[in-house]
Amino acid sequence: MSQSTGTPLRILVLVKHVPDVQFDRHLAGEHLRIDRQDSVLSELDEYAIEAGLQLAESRGGAAAGNTVTALSMGPEAAVNAVRKALQMGATEGVHLCDDALAGSDAGATSLALAAAVRHLAGFDLIITGMSSTDAETSLVPAQLAERLSLAQLTQISRVELAADSTTIRAVRETEHAALNLEAELPVLLSVTDQANEPRYPNFKGIMAAKKKKVTVLNLSDIGVDPASVGGAGSATQVEAAEARAEREAGRIITDSGNAGIELVDFLAAAKLI
Amino acid sequence: MQNILVYIQAPGATPTKSQCELLTLGASLGEVRVVLGAHADEATRAVLSSWGATGFYAAEALEGHIAPEAALLAAAAKDFKAAAVLLPNDSAGREVAARAAIKLDAGVITDAIGVEQDLTVTKSVLAGSYTVRVKATRGPLLVTVKPNSVELPSEAPATISAAALSTLDLGEVGPMAVITGVSERASSGRPDLSEARFVVAGGRGVDGDFGPVEELADALGAAVGASRAATDAGWIDHGAQIGQTGKTVSPQLYISAGISGAIQQKAGMQTSTYIVAVNSDPDAPVFEIADLGIVGDLTRVLPQAAAEIRRRKG
Repeated sequence: MSQSTGTPLRILVLVKHVPDVQFDRHLAGEHLRIDRQDSVLSELDEYAIEAGLQLAESRGGAAAGNTVTALSMGPEAAVNAVRKALQMGATEGVHLCDDALAGSDAGATSLALAAAVRHLAGFDLIITGMSSTDAETSLVPAQLAERLSLAQLTQISRVELAADSTTIRAVRETEHAALNLEAELPVLLSVTDQANEPRYPNFKGIMAAKKKKVTVLNLSDIGVDPASVGGAGSATQVEAAEARAEREAGRIITDSGNAGIELVDFLAAAKLI
Repeated sequence: MQNILVYIQAPGATPTKSQCELLTLGASLGEVRVVLGAHADEATRAVLSSWGATGFYAAEALEGHIAPEAALLAAAAKDFKAAAVLLPNDSAGREVAARAAIKLDAGVITDAIGVEQDLTVTKSVLAGSYTVRVKATRGPLLVTVKPNSVELPSEAPATISAAALSTLDLGEVGPMAVITGVSERASSGRPDLSEARFVVAGGRGVDGDFGPVEELADALGAAVGASRAATDAGWIDHGAQIGQTGKTVSPQLYISAGISGAIQQKAGMQTSTYIVAVNSDPDAPVFEIADLGIVGDLTRVLPQAAAEIRRRKG
Protein backbone atom coordinates (compact mmCIF):
# COMPACT_ATOMS: atom_id res chain seq x y z
CA MET A 1 0.00 0.00 0.00
CA SER A 2 2.96 2.29 0.38
CA GLN A 3 3.76 4.27 -2.71
CA SER A 4 7.28 5.26 -3.52
CA THR A 5 7.26 9.02 -3.99
CA GLY A 6 10.90 9.95 -4.24
CA THR A 7 14.36 9.25 -2.93
CA PRO A 8 14.21 7.63 0.52
CA LEU A 9 15.09 9.88 3.44
CA ARG A 10 17.39 9.12 6.36
CA ILE A 11 16.07 11.05 9.32
CA LEU A 12 17.56 11.38 12.79
CA VAL A 13 15.35 12.59 15.65
CA LEU A 14 16.97 13.68 18.92
CA VAL A 15 14.97 12.84 22.01
CA LYS A 16 15.62 13.71 25.64
CA HIS A 17 14.63 11.96 28.85
CA VAL A 18 13.62 14.66 31.32
CA PRO A 19 12.02 14.91 34.78
CA ASP A 20 8.23 14.81 34.49
CA VAL A 21 6.92 18.39 34.58
CA GLN A 22 3.79 17.22 36.42
CA PHE A 23 5.82 16.83 39.62
CA ASP A 24 8.11 19.07 41.64
CA ARG A 25 11.59 19.11 40.14
CA HIS A 26 14.85 19.56 42.05
CA LEU A 27 18.50 20.43 41.78
CA ALA A 28 20.58 18.06 43.89
CA GLY A 29 24.09 17.03 44.89
CA GLU A 30 27.44 18.76 45.06
CA HIS A 31 27.23 19.94 41.43
CA LEU A 32 23.62 21.14 41.64
CA ARG A 33 22.43 18.95 38.78
CA ILE A 34 18.84 18.17 37.90
CA ASP A 35 17.49 15.18 39.80
CA ARG A 36 16.52 12.80 36.96
CA GLN A 37 14.30 10.35 38.84
CA ASP A 38 10.73 10.03 37.52
CA SER A 39 11.81 11.01 34.03
CA VAL A 40 9.85 10.70 30.79
CA LEU A 41 10.29 11.57 27.11
CA SER A 42 10.33 15.38 26.89
CA GLU A 43 6.83 16.26 25.69
CA LEU A 44 8.18 18.72 23.13
CA ASP A 45 10.23 15.96 21.48
CA GLU A 46 7.03 14.13 20.49
CA TYR A 47 6.49 16.85 17.88
CA ALA A 48 9.98 16.17 16.49
CA ILE A 49 9.27 12.42 16.24
CA GLU A 50 5.92 13.09 14.57
CA ALA A 51 7.55 15.49 12.08
CA GLY A 52 10.14 12.82 11.22
CA LEU A 53 7.50 10.12 10.79
CA GLN A 54 5.35 12.34 8.56
CA LEU A 55 8.31 13.25 6.31
CA ALA A 56 9.24 9.56 6.00
CA GLU A 57 5.62 8.62 5.26
CA SER A 58 5.39 11.30 2.58
CA ARG A 59 7.97 9.25 0.66
CA GLY A 60 6.41 5.84 1.24
CA GLY A 61 7.61 5.12 4.78
CA ALA A 62 9.85 2.26 5.89
CA ALA A 63 8.68 0.03 3.02
CA ALA A 64 10.24 2.46 0.55
CA GLY A 65 13.53 2.53 2.46
CA ASN A 66 12.96 5.67 4.56
CA THR A 67 14.41 5.48 8.05
CA VAL A 68 13.71 7.43 11.23
CA THR A 69 16.39 6.87 13.86
CA ALA A 70 15.79 8.10 17.42
CA LEU A 71 18.93 9.13 19.34
CA SER A 72 19.04 9.93 23.03
CA MET A 73 22.02 10.93 25.14
CA GLY A 74 21.65 10.30 28.85
CA PRO A 75 21.96 7.82 31.71
CA GLU A 76 20.65 4.26 31.46
CA ALA A 77 16.99 5.19 31.95
CA ALA A 78 17.18 7.51 28.92
CA VAL A 79 16.68 4.44 26.73
CA ASN A 80 12.99 4.82 27.67
CA ALA A 81 12.82 8.00 25.57
CA VAL A 82 14.20 6.00 22.62
CA ARG A 83 11.67 3.19 23.29
CA LYS A 84 8.78 5.65 23.24
CA ALA A 85 9.98 6.97 19.86
CA LEU A 86 10.16 3.38 18.55
CA GLN A 87 6.60 2.75 19.78
CA MET A 88 5.42 5.82 17.89
CA GLY A 89 7.00 4.38 14.73
CA ALA A 90 10.72 5.22 14.54
CA THR A 91 12.61 2.47 12.74
CA GLU A 92 15.61 2.12 15.04
CA GLY A 93 17.17 3.60 18.17
CA VAL A 94 20.56 4.74 19.40
CA HIS A 95 21.43 5.41 23.03
CA LEU A 96 24.58 7.41 23.76
CA CYS A 97 25.37 6.48 27.34
CA ASP A 98 28.55 7.20 29.29
CA ASP A 99 29.09 8.21 32.93
CA ALA A 100 31.47 10.95 31.78
CA LEU A 101 28.55 12.78 30.11
CA ALA A 102 26.82 13.64 33.40
CA GLY A 103 26.61 17.39 34.01
CA SER A 104 27.22 18.40 30.38
CA ASP A 105 25.96 21.89 29.55
CA ALA A 106 24.55 22.77 26.11
CA GLY A 107 27.99 23.20 24.53
CA ALA A 108 29.30 19.86 25.81
CA THR A 109 26.01 18.12 24.91
CA SER A 110 26.21 19.44 21.36
CA LEU A 111 29.84 18.28 21.13
CA ALA A 112 28.90 14.69 22.07
CA LEU A 113 25.77 14.65 19.88
CA ALA A 114 27.67 16.04 16.89
CA ALA A 115 30.26 13.27 17.26
CA ALA A 116 27.46 10.67 17.45
CA VAL A 117 25.84 12.11 14.31
CA ARG A 118 29.18 11.93 12.43
CA HIS A 119 29.66 8.34 13.66
CA LEU A 120 26.18 7.28 12.47
CA ALA A 121 26.55 9.41 9.28
CA GLY A 122 24.45 10.00 6.20
CA PHE A 123 21.36 11.81 7.51
CA ASP A 124 19.26 14.11 5.33
CA LEU A 125 17.50 15.70 8.28
CA ILE A 126 18.25 16.01 11.98
CA ILE A 127 15.09 16.95 13.87
CA THR A 128 14.74 18.21 17.46
CA GLY A 129 12.01 19.70 19.60
CA MET A 130 11.80 23.48 20.20
CA SER A 131 13.48 23.10 23.60
CA SER A 132 13.85 20.55 26.35
CA THR A 133 11.33 20.87 29.16
CA ASP A 134 14.09 20.78 31.81
CA ALA A 135 16.90 23.22 30.95
CA GLU A 136 14.70 25.10 28.42
CA THR A 137 17.62 26.91 26.77
CA SER A 138 16.97 25.94 23.09
CA LEU A 139 20.73 26.18 22.52
CA VAL A 140 21.59 22.65 21.40
CA PRO A 141 19.89 22.71 17.95
CA ALA A 142 21.78 25.86 16.85
CA GLN A 143 25.03 24.51 18.31
CA LEU A 144 24.63 21.21 16.45
CA ALA A 145 24.04 23.12 13.20
CA GLU A 146 27.23 25.08 13.87
CA ARG A 147 29.33 22.00 14.72
CA LEU A 148 28.00 19.95 11.78
CA SER A 149 27.99 22.88 9.33
CA LEU A 150 24.29 22.44 8.52
CA ALA A 151 21.70 25.02 7.53
CA GLN A 152 19.46 25.55 10.55
CA LEU A 153 15.68 25.78 10.33
CA THR A 154 14.61 26.25 13.94
CA GLN A 155 11.37 27.07 15.80
CA ILE A 156 9.46 25.73 12.80
CA SER A 157 5.66 25.49 12.79
CA ARG A 158 5.26 24.19 9.24
CA VAL A 159 7.51 22.15 7.00
CA GLU A 160 7.22 21.13 3.35
CA LEU A 161 9.43 18.82 1.34
CA ALA A 162 8.04 17.90 -2.06
CA ALA A 163 8.57 14.40 -3.44
CA ASP A 164 11.92 14.12 -5.23
CA SER A 165 12.88 17.61 -4.05
CA THR A 166 15.94 18.36 -1.93
CA THR A 167 14.71 21.86 -1.07
CA ILE A 168 12.97 22.14 2.27
CA ARG A 169 10.58 25.02 2.93
CA ALA A 170 9.56 25.93 6.45
CA VAL A 171 7.82 28.62 8.50
CA ARG A 172 9.70 29.92 11.53
CA GLU A 173 7.68 31.55 14.30
CA THR A 174 9.50 34.38 16.04
CA GLU A 175 8.27 36.77 18.72
CA HIS A 176 7.05 39.36 16.19
CA ALA A 177 6.82 37.69 12.79
CA ALA A 178 6.62 34.49 10.81
CA LEU A 179 9.60 33.92 8.49
CA ASN A 180 9.50 31.74 5.39
CA LEU A 181 12.78 29.86 5.16
CA GLU A 182 14.27 27.68 2.47
CA ALA A 183 17.34 25.45 2.49
CA GLU A 184 18.89 22.51 0.68
CA LEU A 185 19.18 19.14 2.44
CA PRO A 186 20.87 18.15 4.68
CA VAL A 187 19.44 20.42 7.38
CA LEU A 188 18.95 20.75 11.11
CA LEU A 189 15.26 21.26 11.92
CA SER A 190 13.65 22.13 15.26
CA VAL A 191 9.85 22.04 15.40
CA THR A 192 7.42 23.79 17.76
CA ASP A 193 4.32 22.37 19.42
CA GLN A 194 2.28 24.00 16.62
CA ALA A 195 3.93 21.87 13.92
CA ASN A 196 1.70 18.79 14.21
CA GLU A 197 -0.42 16.56 16.45
CA PRO A 198 1.83 13.75 17.75
CA ARG A 199 0.33 10.26 17.43
CA TYR A 200 -0.17 7.95 20.39
CA PRO A 201 1.62 4.60 20.20
CA ASN A 202 -1.00 1.93 19.45
CA PHE A 203 -0.87 -1.72 20.53
CA LYS A 204 0.71 -2.78 17.25
CA GLY A 205 3.35 -0.07 17.57
CA ILE A 206 4.14 -1.10 21.14
CA MET A 207 4.53 -4.76 20.13
CA ALA A 208 6.61 -3.89 17.05
CA ALA A 209 8.92 -1.67 19.13
CA LYS A 210 10.02 -4.67 21.20
CA LYS A 211 11.71 -6.13 18.12
CA LYS A 212 13.41 -2.93 16.99
CA LYS A 213 17.14 -2.51 17.42
CA VAL A 214 18.63 -0.08 19.95
CA THR A 215 22.38 0.45 19.51
CA VAL A 216 24.24 1.59 22.61
CA LEU A 217 27.27 3.82 22.07
CA ASN A 218 29.81 5.14 24.55
CA LEU A 219 32.29 7.99 24.20
CA SER A 220 35.14 5.84 22.90
CA ASP A 221 32.84 4.44 20.17
CA ILE A 222 32.31 7.97 18.83
CA GLY A 223 35.85 9.19 19.46
CA VAL A 224 35.13 11.79 22.13
CA ASP A 225 37.62 12.57 24.90
CA PRO A 226 35.75 12.22 28.24
CA ALA A 227 37.51 15.37 29.50
CA SER A 228 35.81 17.47 26.79
CA VAL A 229 32.28 16.71 28.06
CA GLY A 230 30.45 16.40 31.39
CA GLY A 231 30.81 18.97 34.15
CA ALA A 232 34.58 19.29 33.59
CA GLY A 233 34.28 19.87 29.84
CA SER A 234 31.43 22.39 30.13
CA ALA A 235 32.16 26.10 29.74
CA THR A 236 29.51 27.06 32.29
CA GLN A 237 29.20 26.09 35.91
CA VAL A 238 26.38 26.48 38.43
CA GLU A 239 27.89 27.96 41.59
CA ALA A 240 24.85 28.21 43.85
CA ALA A 241 21.15 27.42 43.81
CA GLU A 242 18.38 28.68 46.03
CA ALA A 243 14.94 27.13 46.09
CA ARG A 244 12.27 29.77 45.64
CA ALA A 245 9.95 30.18 48.58
CA GLU A 246 6.59 28.54 47.86
CA ARG A 247 3.91 31.07 47.02
CA GLU A 248 1.20 31.06 49.60
CA ALA A 249 -2.49 31.48 49.01
CA GLY A 250 -3.67 34.95 49.90
CA ARG A 251 -7.21 36.13 50.55
CA ILE A 252 -10.02 34.34 48.73
CA ILE A 253 -13.39 36.01 48.35
CA THR A 254 -16.60 34.92 46.70
CA ASP A 255 -18.26 37.45 44.43
CA SER A 256 -21.45 38.83 45.90
CA GLY A 257 -21.80 41.52 43.26
CA ASN A 258 -18.89 43.73 44.31
CA ALA A 259 -15.76 41.66 43.60
CA GLY A 260 -14.68 43.86 40.67
CA ILE A 261 -14.49 46.84 43.05
CA GLU A 262 -12.62 44.76 45.62
CA LEU A 263 -10.15 43.74 42.92
CA VAL A 264 -9.43 47.42 42.20
CA ASP A 265 -9.15 48.14 45.96
CA PHE A 266 -6.49 45.40 46.13
CA LEU A 267 -4.55 46.93 43.22
CA ALA A 268 -4.73 50.37 44.84
CA ALA A 269 -3.55 49.01 48.22
CA ALA A 270 -0.58 47.33 46.46
CA LYS A 271 0.12 50.69 44.74
CA LEU A 272 -0.27 49.09 41.32
CA ILE A 273 -2.69 51.79 40.17
CA MET B 1 38.16 48.07 32.69
CA GLN B 2 36.66 45.04 30.94
CA ASN B 3 35.28 45.12 27.42
CA ILE B 4 31.60 44.37 26.89
CA LEU B 5 29.87 43.74 23.56
CA VAL B 6 26.15 44.35 23.14
CA TYR B 7 24.31 42.73 20.25
CA ILE B 8 21.66 45.01 18.74
CA GLN B 9 19.73 42.80 16.37
CA ALA B 10 17.46 45.31 14.67
CA PRO B 11 18.73 48.84 15.22
CA GLY B 12 16.00 51.45 14.73
CA ALA B 13 15.69 55.23 15.00
CA THR B 14 14.65 54.84 18.64
CA PRO B 15 16.15 51.92 20.57
CA THR B 16 13.62 49.54 22.14
CA LYS B 17 13.33 49.26 25.91
CA SER B 18 15.15 45.94 25.93
CA GLN B 19 17.98 47.36 23.77
CA CYS B 20 18.33 50.26 26.25
CA GLU B 21 18.47 47.71 29.07
CA LEU B 22 21.30 45.77 27.39
CA LEU B 23 23.27 48.99 26.81
CA THR B 24 22.69 50.22 30.38
CA LEU B 25 23.75 46.86 31.81
CA GLY B 26 26.80 46.78 29.52
CA ALA B 27 27.89 50.29 30.55
CA SER B 28 27.63 49.29 34.23
CA LEU B 29 30.03 46.37 33.59
CA GLY B 30 32.70 47.98 31.40
CA GLU B 31 33.42 49.69 28.10
CA VAL B 32 30.69 48.95 25.54
CA ARG B 33 30.85 48.39 21.82
CA VAL B 34 27.82 47.37 19.79
CA VAL B 35 27.53 44.61 17.18
CA LEU B 36 24.94 45.64 14.59
CA GLY B 37 22.70 42.80 13.35
CA ALA B 38 21.47 45.02 10.51
CA HIS B 39 22.38 48.32 8.87
CA ALA B 40 22.25 51.38 11.16
CA ASP B 41 22.56 54.89 9.77
CA GLU B 42 24.57 57.61 11.49
CA ALA B 43 21.58 59.02 13.42
CA THR B 44 20.78 55.56 14.80
CA ARG B 45 24.41 55.04 15.80
CA ALA B 46 24.42 58.45 17.49
CA VAL B 47 21.46 57.47 19.69
CA LEU B 48 23.13 54.16 20.57
CA SER B 49 26.34 56.08 21.38
CA SER B 50 24.42 58.29 23.80
CA TRP B 51 23.34 55.08 25.56
CA GLY B 52 27.01 54.20 26.06
CA ALA B 53 28.33 52.60 22.86
CA THR B 54 31.94 53.64 22.24
CA GLY B 55 32.26 51.78 18.94
CA PHE B 56 30.35 49.66 16.43
CA TYR B 57 30.94 46.46 14.50
CA ALA B 58 29.11 45.62 11.28
CA ALA B 59 29.53 43.27 8.34
CA GLU B 60 29.70 44.28 4.69
CA ALA B 61 26.54 42.22 4.09
CA LEU B 62 24.56 39.94 6.38
CA GLU B 63 22.61 37.77 3.98
CA GLY B 64 21.19 34.52 5.25
CA HIS B 65 19.85 33.33 8.53
CA ILE B 66 21.59 33.18 11.96
CA ALA B 67 24.94 31.79 10.74
CA PRO B 68 26.29 35.14 9.41
CA GLU B 69 25.21 37.04 12.54
CA ALA B 70 26.99 34.44 14.68
CA ALA B 71 30.13 34.79 12.55
CA LEU B 72 30.04 38.58 12.94
CA LEU B 73 29.52 38.35 16.68
CA ALA B 74 32.43 35.93 17.11
CA ALA B 75 34.73 38.07 14.95
CA ALA B 76 33.80 41.19 16.96
CA ALA B 77 34.34 39.39 20.29
CA LYS B 78 37.85 38.43 19.15
CA ASP B 79 38.67 41.91 17.81
CA PHE B 80 37.47 43.67 20.98
CA LYS B 81 38.82 40.95 23.35
CA ALA B 82 35.39 41.04 24.95
CA ALA B 83 34.98 39.69 28.48
CA ALA B 84 31.22 39.38 27.97
CA VAL B 85 28.66 39.64 25.18
CA LEU B 86 25.09 40.68 26.04
CA LEU B 87 22.24 39.61 23.75
CA PRO B 88 18.44 39.73 23.80
CA ASN B 89 16.72 36.62 25.18
CA ASP B 90 14.50 35.99 22.12
CA SER B 91 14.99 33.00 19.81
CA ALA B 92 17.34 34.73 17.38
CA GLY B 93 19.42 36.18 20.25
CA ARG B 94 19.79 32.74 21.82
CA GLU B 95 20.69 31.07 18.55
CA VAL B 96 23.25 33.69 17.54
CA ALA B 97 24.82 33.31 21.00
CA ALA B 98 24.67 29.50 20.74
CA ARG B 99 26.58 29.39 17.45
CA ALA B 100 29.07 32.12 18.38
CA ALA B 101 29.83 30.20 21.59
CA ILE B 102 31.00 27.21 19.53
CA LYS B 103 33.25 29.42 17.39
CA LEU B 104 34.71 31.02 20.53
CA ASP B 105 34.79 27.83 22.67
CA ALA B 106 32.85 29.87 25.21
CA GLY B 107 30.02 29.38 27.66
CA VAL B 108 26.52 30.65 26.94
CA ILE B 109 23.92 31.37 29.61
CA THR B 110 20.29 32.14 28.68
CA ASP B 111 17.40 33.76 30.59
CA ALA B 112 19.64 36.00 32.74
CA ILE B 113 17.88 38.34 35.17
CA GLY B 114 21.15 39.83 36.45
CA VAL B 115 24.86 40.05 35.60
CA GLU B 116 27.32 41.15 38.27
CA GLN B 117 30.67 42.96 37.90
CA ASP B 118 32.58 39.65 38.15
CA LEU B 119 30.25 38.29 35.40
CA THR B 120 28.31 35.96 37.65
CA VAL B 121 24.87 35.50 36.09
CA THR B 122 21.62 35.09 38.00
CA LYS B 123 18.74 33.20 36.37
CA SER B 124 15.76 31.21 37.45
CA VAL B 125 15.44 27.55 36.40
CA LEU B 126 12.90 24.70 36.46
CA ALA B 127 10.01 27.07 35.85
CA GLY B 128 10.95 29.44 38.65
CA SER B 129 11.53 26.74 41.30
CA TYR B 130 15.17 27.76 41.81
CA THR B 131 17.30 30.85 41.41
CA VAL B 132 20.83 29.90 40.40
CA ARG B 133 24.14 31.71 40.05
CA VAL B 134 26.13 30.57 37.03
CA LYS B 135 29.55 31.48 35.66
CA ALA B 136 31.31 30.89 32.39
CA THR B 137 34.54 28.98 33.01
CA ARG B 138 36.29 29.79 29.71
CA GLY B 139 36.00 32.11 26.73
CA PRO B 140 34.00 35.32 26.82
CA LEU B 141 30.68 34.97 28.65
CA LEU B 142 27.78 34.99 26.18
CA VAL B 143 24.59 35.87 28.01
CA THR B 144 21.02 36.47 26.84
CA VAL B 145 19.22 38.86 29.18
CA LYS B 146 15.48 38.79 29.88
CA PRO B 147 13.50 42.02 29.41
CA ASN B 148 12.71 44.05 32.55
CA SER B 149 15.92 42.90 34.26
CA VAL B 150 17.67 46.27 34.24
CA GLU B 151 16.50 49.57 35.68
CA LEU B 152 16.75 52.38 33.15
CA PRO B 153 17.68 55.99 33.94
CA SER B 154 14.57 58.15 34.38
CA GLU B 155 15.48 60.28 31.35
CA ALA B 156 16.95 59.28 28.01
CA PRO B 157 20.58 60.50 27.74
CA ALA B 158 21.40 63.57 25.65
CA THR B 159 22.40 62.69 22.11
CA ILE B 160 26.10 62.78 21.24
CA SER B 161 27.86 62.16 17.93
CA ALA B 162 28.16 58.62 16.62
CA ALA B 163 31.15 56.52 17.72
CA ALA B 164 33.37 54.89 15.10
CA LEU B 165 32.20 51.98 12.96
CA SER B 166 34.43 49.02 12.02
CA THR B 167 33.45 46.68 9.23
CA LEU B 168 34.54 43.06 9.70
CA ASP B 169 35.11 40.37 7.10
CA LEU B 170 33.08 37.24 7.92
CA GLY B 171 34.93 34.78 5.71
CA GLU B 172 33.14 31.53 4.80
CA VAL B 173 30.03 31.09 7.00
CA GLY B 174 28.87 27.69 5.66
CA PRO B 175 25.44 26.44 4.58
CA MET B 176 22.42 28.39 5.76
CA ALA B 177 18.74 28.90 5.16
CA VAL B 178 17.57 31.89 3.15
CA ILE B 179 14.59 34.02 4.17
CA THR B 180 12.08 34.05 1.30
CA GLY B 181 9.31 35.98 3.04
CA VAL B 182 8.32 37.72 6.26
CA SER B 183 4.82 38.24 7.64
CA GLU B 184 4.81 40.62 10.57
CA ARG B 185 2.24 39.80 13.19
CA ALA B 186 -0.50 42.40 13.35
CA SER B 187 0.19 44.74 16.26
CA SER B 188 -2.53 44.80 18.90
CA GLY B 189 -1.43 48.24 20.09
CA ARG B 190 -1.02 46.70 23.56
CA PRO B 191 2.29 46.27 25.42
CA ASP B 192 4.51 43.35 24.41
CA LEU B 193 3.67 40.30 26.53
CA SER B 194 7.20 39.43 27.62
CA GLU B 195 8.03 43.05 28.54
CA ALA B 196 4.73 44.19 30.10
CA ARG B 197 4.45 45.41 33.71
CA PHE B 198 0.87 44.14 33.88
CA VAL B 199 -0.63 41.05 32.21
CA VAL B 200 -4.27 39.94 32.07
CA ALA B 201 -4.61 36.36 30.86
CA GLY B 202 -7.66 34.31 29.90
CA GLY B 203 -8.20 30.56 29.73
CA ARG B 204 -10.86 27.95 29.10
CA GLY B 205 -13.27 29.91 31.30
CA VAL B 206 -13.55 32.80 28.83
CA ASP B 207 -15.44 30.33 26.63
CA GLY B 208 -14.43 31.85 23.30
CA ASP B 209 -14.83 35.52 24.21
CA PHE B 210 -11.68 37.48 25.14
CA GLY B 211 -13.72 40.71 25.33
CA PRO B 212 -13.77 41.00 29.14
CA VAL B 213 -10.04 40.12 29.35
CA GLU B 214 -9.17 42.76 26.74
CA GLU B 215 -11.38 45.37 28.38
CA LEU B 216 -9.61 44.98 31.74
CA ALA B 217 -6.19 44.85 30.03
CA ASP B 218 -6.89 48.13 28.24
CA ALA B 219 -8.14 49.84 31.40
CA LEU B 220 -4.86 48.84 33.10
CA GLY B 221 -2.57 49.33 30.10
CA ALA B 222 -1.74 45.62 30.35
CA ALA B 223 -0.71 42.97 27.83
CA VAL B 224 -3.13 40.14 27.02
CA GLY B 225 -2.06 36.55 27.62
CA ALA B 226 -3.73 33.16 27.40
CA SER B 227 -3.48 29.58 28.57
CA ARG B 228 -2.70 26.81 26.13
CA ALA B 229 -6.33 25.67 26.25
CA ALA B 230 -7.41 29.07 24.91
CA THR B 231 -4.78 29.27 22.16
CA ASP B 232 -5.36 25.64 21.12
CA ALA B 233 -9.07 26.41 20.84
CA GLY B 234 -8.16 29.18 18.40
CA TRP B 235 -9.76 31.93 20.53
CA ILE B 236 -6.57 34.01 20.44
CA ASP B 237 -3.24 34.02 18.61
CA HIS B 238 -0.70 31.39 19.67
CA GLY B 239 1.78 34.21 20.42
CA ALA B 240 -0.29 35.05 23.53
CA GLN B 241 0.34 31.67 25.15
CA ILE B 242 1.86 31.69 28.63
CA GLY B 243 3.24 28.55 30.23
CA GLN B 244 5.69 25.71 29.87
CA THR B 245 5.49 25.64 26.07
CA GLY B 246 4.70 29.32 25.62
CA LYS B 247 6.12 32.51 27.06
CA THR B 248 7.33 32.90 30.60
CA VAL B 249 6.27 36.21 32.09
CA SER B 250 7.27 37.90 35.30
CA PRO B 251 5.20 41.10 35.49
CA GLN B 252 4.43 43.15 38.59
CA LEU B 253 0.80 42.14 38.29
CA TYR B 254 -0.66 39.03 36.70
CA ILE B 255 -4.44 38.70 36.54
CA SER B 256 -5.56 35.18 35.67
CA ALA B 257 -9.15 34.84 34.44
CA GLY B 258 -10.84 31.51 33.83
CA ILE B 259 -7.55 29.59 34.02
CA SER B 260 -7.46 26.59 36.35
CA GLY B 261 -3.71 26.99 36.91
CA ALA B 262 -2.40 23.52 36.11
CA ILE B 263 1.34 23.16 36.65
CA GLN B 264 2.13 23.89 32.99
CA GLN B 265 0.40 27.29 33.19
CA LYS B 266 1.87 28.04 36.61
CA ALA B 267 5.34 27.50 35.18
CA GLY B 268 4.90 30.53 32.94
CA MET B 269 3.78 33.06 35.56
CA GLN B 270 4.61 32.05 39.12
CA THR B 271 7.44 34.58 39.50
CA SER B 272 5.03 37.51 39.00
CA THR B 273 5.11 39.97 41.92
CA TYR B 274 1.33 39.94 42.50
CA ILE B 275 -1.13 37.34 41.24
CA VAL B 276 -4.88 37.90 41.15
CA ALA B 277 -7.10 35.00 40.06
CA VAL B 278 -10.72 35.04 38.98
CA ASN B 279 -12.34 31.63 38.50
CA SER B 280 -15.82 30.20 38.95
CA ASP B 281 -14.39 26.95 40.39
CA PRO B 282 -13.46 27.41 44.08
CA ASP B 283 -11.15 24.36 43.82
CA ALA B 284 -9.05 25.75 40.92
CA PRO B 285 -5.33 25.20 41.75
CA VAL B 286 -4.57 28.81 40.76
CA PHE B 287 -6.11 29.94 44.09
CA GLU B 288 -3.23 28.20 45.93
CA ILE B 289 -0.77 30.77 44.58
CA ALA B 290 -2.95 33.87 44.19
CA ASP B 291 -2.50 36.89 46.45
CA LEU B 292 -6.15 37.68 45.82
CA GLY B 293 -8.55 34.99 44.68
CA ILE B 294 -12.05 35.78 43.48
CA VAL B 295 -14.56 32.96 43.11
CA GLY B 296 -16.98 34.39 40.59
CA ASP B 297 -18.07 34.89 37.00
CA LEU B 298 -15.31 36.60 35.03
CA THR B 299 -17.85 38.16 32.63
CA ARG B 300 -19.17 40.15 35.59
CA VAL B 301 -16.01 40.72 37.68
CA LEU B 302 -13.67 41.85 34.90
CA PRO B 303 -15.92 44.52 33.31
CA GLN B 304 -16.83 45.84 36.78
CA ALA B 305 -13.13 46.15 37.66
CA ALA B 306 -12.37 47.80 34.29
CA ALA B 307 -15.15 50.37 34.82
CA GLU B 308 -13.93 51.09 38.35
CA ILE B 309 -10.33 51.62 37.14
CA ARG B 310 -11.53 54.01 34.42
CA ARG B 311 -13.64 55.86 36.99
CA ARG B 312 -10.71 56.24 39.45
CA LYS B 313 -8.33 57.32 36.70
CA GLY B 314 -10.96 59.94 35.86
